[in-house]
Amino acid sequence: MNASTPRLAETEGRESWPLLLGLAAREVFSLMLGTQLAAAPESFPEEGLDVTSMVGLAGRVCGVLTLRCSAASAALIASKMLGVDAGQDGAEVWDAVGEVSNMIAGNFKNKITGMGDGCMLSVPTVITGADYSLRALVDSDKVEIVQLFEGSALIVSLEVHS
Amino acid sequence: MNNMRVLIVDDSSVMRKIVERSLRQAGISLGHVLEAGNGAEALAALNQGTVDLILCDINMPIMDGLEFVKQLPGVENAKGVPVVMITTEGSEGHVVQALSAGARGYIRKPFTPDQVKEHVLPILAEKL
Repeated sequence: MNASTPRLAETEGRESWPLLLGLAAREVFSLMLGTQLAAAPESFPEEGLDVTSMVGLAGRVCGVLTLRCSAASAALIASKMLGVDAGQDGAEVWDAVGEVSNMIAGNFKNKITGMGDGCMLSVPTVITGADYSLRALVDSDKVEIVQLFEGSALIVSLEVHS
Repeated sequence: MNNMRVLIVDDSSVMRKIVERSLRQAGISLGHVLEAGNGAEALAALNQGTVDLILCDINMPIMDGLEFVKQLPGVENAKGVPVVMITTEGSEGHVVQALSAGARGYIRKPFTPDQVKEHVLPILAEKL
C-alpha cells in the first residue's frame, strides 16, 4: 500500500470524503505502524475513548480533524510507531497520537486535488479525558469513520465548516 | 557513508526517532544525531557545528521548515549541506516551495524506510 492513491477533484463533492478519510487513516496505520485497521461493527461501545487528538484545517477548507481512541490504544500506537514494547510515558504517547492525526489530516487533504495547497494544518492538540463537548461556532458538516485498531474502536472525524 | 552527522528537525520527538530509525534501516551509518524541535532550534544547533545531512519537517511552531531552509544560505556551517523535507504537506505547491528554497529532496508522511532510503542515498552519494 502506498500514499499515492489517485486524487479526486475537490469539485466532485464531498460524498467521496468518508472513503478518502478511511483510506488516509488506513495508509497511515499501515505505513507508520505496520498494522492494518479493520472495519468496525455497526454498533460499538464509545466508552473509554478518552484520548482525543485534534488538528485544525484552515484555508479552502476550514474545520477540525479529530482522532479518538482509548488510552490503551494510544499507548499501543506509540509502541508500534517506535517499534518498542508498550510502556511509553504520557508525553510520548500524546506526541505519537498527535502525529498520527496530523498525518491522517495531511494524507486526506493530499488526496483531494486543490486542497493540498489551499489548506493549512495546525499543529496537533491532544486532550485526555472524555468529559467534554466540542461545539463549532459556525454550521458544519461531519464525516466520521470508525475502525478497529487491534480490536479496539478508533474514531476519525472531520468536521468541516460550511 | 560512515559516522554521518545528521540533524533531524521535527516538533514531534516520536517522529524524530522514527526518522533516525529509518536512516539506520537504510544502511546509513550515523555517527552523531542532532535533534531540533523547530527551525530556530535547528539554526542554533548549526551554530555549534556542521552536519552531513538535514532532514526537516515543514509544519512546526516558532519557525517552520520552509523559513528554516530559506535562512540556511546565511549559515556558514550549512554551506553545501543537503536538506530533505519530511512532511505531511505533500502538495505540489509545497514541494515547489521547498525545492525553490533550497531543499534537495521531499518525502511525504506517511512514509516507509524504503522511501527514506530511495530519497536520501542518492543525495548522500553525490557528496562522496
